[in-house]
Amino acid sequence: MARSDVQLMLDVKAGDEQSFELLLQRYRTPLVNFLYRMVRAREEAEDLAQEVFLRVYRARKDYVPSAKFTTWLFRIATNLALNSVRDNRHQRMEVSLDAPVIIDAEDGDEKPLDIAEKHPNIEQYMIEEARKKMIRHAIDKLPEKQRAAVLLHKYQELDYGDIAKILECSESALKSLLFRAYETLRVELAPLVARHGK
Amino acid sequence: MENKILAYVDGRLKESERLEMEKHVAACGACQLRVNEFRAVASLLDEVPQIEPSAAFDVRVRARVAAEPVKQGWWAWFTPSPRVAFAASLLLLATVWIGSRPTDRTLTAADEAQINQDLPVLENFDVLSDFGALTDLPQPVQPDDTGDSNPDQNQNQQKNDSPNQTM
Repeated sequence: MARSDVQLMLDVKAGDEQSFELLLQRYRTPLVNFLYRMVRAREEAEDLAQEVFLRVYRARKDYVPSAKFTTWLFRIATNLALNSVRDNRHQRMEVSLDAPVIIDAEDGDEKPLDIAEKHPNIEQYMIEEARKKMIRHAIDKLPEKQRAAVLLHKYQELDYGDIAKILECSESALKSLLFRAYETLRVELAPLVARHGK
Repeated sequence: MENKILAYVDGRLKESERLEMEKHVAACGACQLRVNEFRAVASLLDEVPQIEPSAAFDVRVRARVAAEPVKQGWWAWFTPSPRVAFAASLLLLATVWIGSRPTDRTLTAADEAQINQDLPVLENFDVLSDFGALTDLPQPVQPDDTGDSNPDQNQNQQKNDSPNQTM
């Protein structure tokens, strides 16, 4: 039977390094994805995720299971991501205006020739890619706190109470935040939403 | 009501709230439209693909964790590290070795007589070592390898080389 996160963390506290390895394997992908969707740079997301795990490890001796492990983990991650986004905001704006469009790993990381070889129906592939890009762009355009709320709500499937603790706000404030975020997404994705309803 | 729409779409409402919301949505066209649109948005968000952490990610985390200093209690201050203990042992050995060496030799009567004999020379060592007249002395004559030279001739030769020679 798999040990709970809290039990693993208590074992890490007792000096069991293998339990930390299990936590790493359990949360590496969700954490990197959350941070990637927050900061929009893969390398930076991995650096931040490393920092999160390091902070968890450093805090092992003082760990008290007063809250859910995931709440604690994503609170560290969210704070790091929000700080990073705020620090890099101006730099990011310059890059996004000046830099050429780079296809990253999530976009497929494929050259046009590779795309043609792998996807016989190139037109369909391009439509799907444009659709994904539009969704990602809509998420990126959300204010960072709304973005964090949506990502924690949609992809981590955390309770409202846990997300409210992570974002340090009341549960009703969180619900308003999420409603506004979904309203923005609804407007940004209106063409896709209209097609989806048909 | 608007705060409950998302929870309704997510299926996170309590049973009583859900039934109440269902009744409202059935009667309110605006809320029905909003519920459908939010469902569409939630479905679109599902289309964003996941990424996998790079192969180097785990290695880096493990390396950073391994590089973390081991936390020690206050008593660790009294426990010397192996390097410090080794250095302290070497210092102790060196001290014992130096301390065990004889610090003074007892002189015999012959040593004292020799020192008394050399003392005047040593006292004038600076003068003697820089005594210019000594450099003017004739070079010693090398003995002839053939062995047939006349000792008298050598003596005369020495007299001729002498700086005190009067011509």
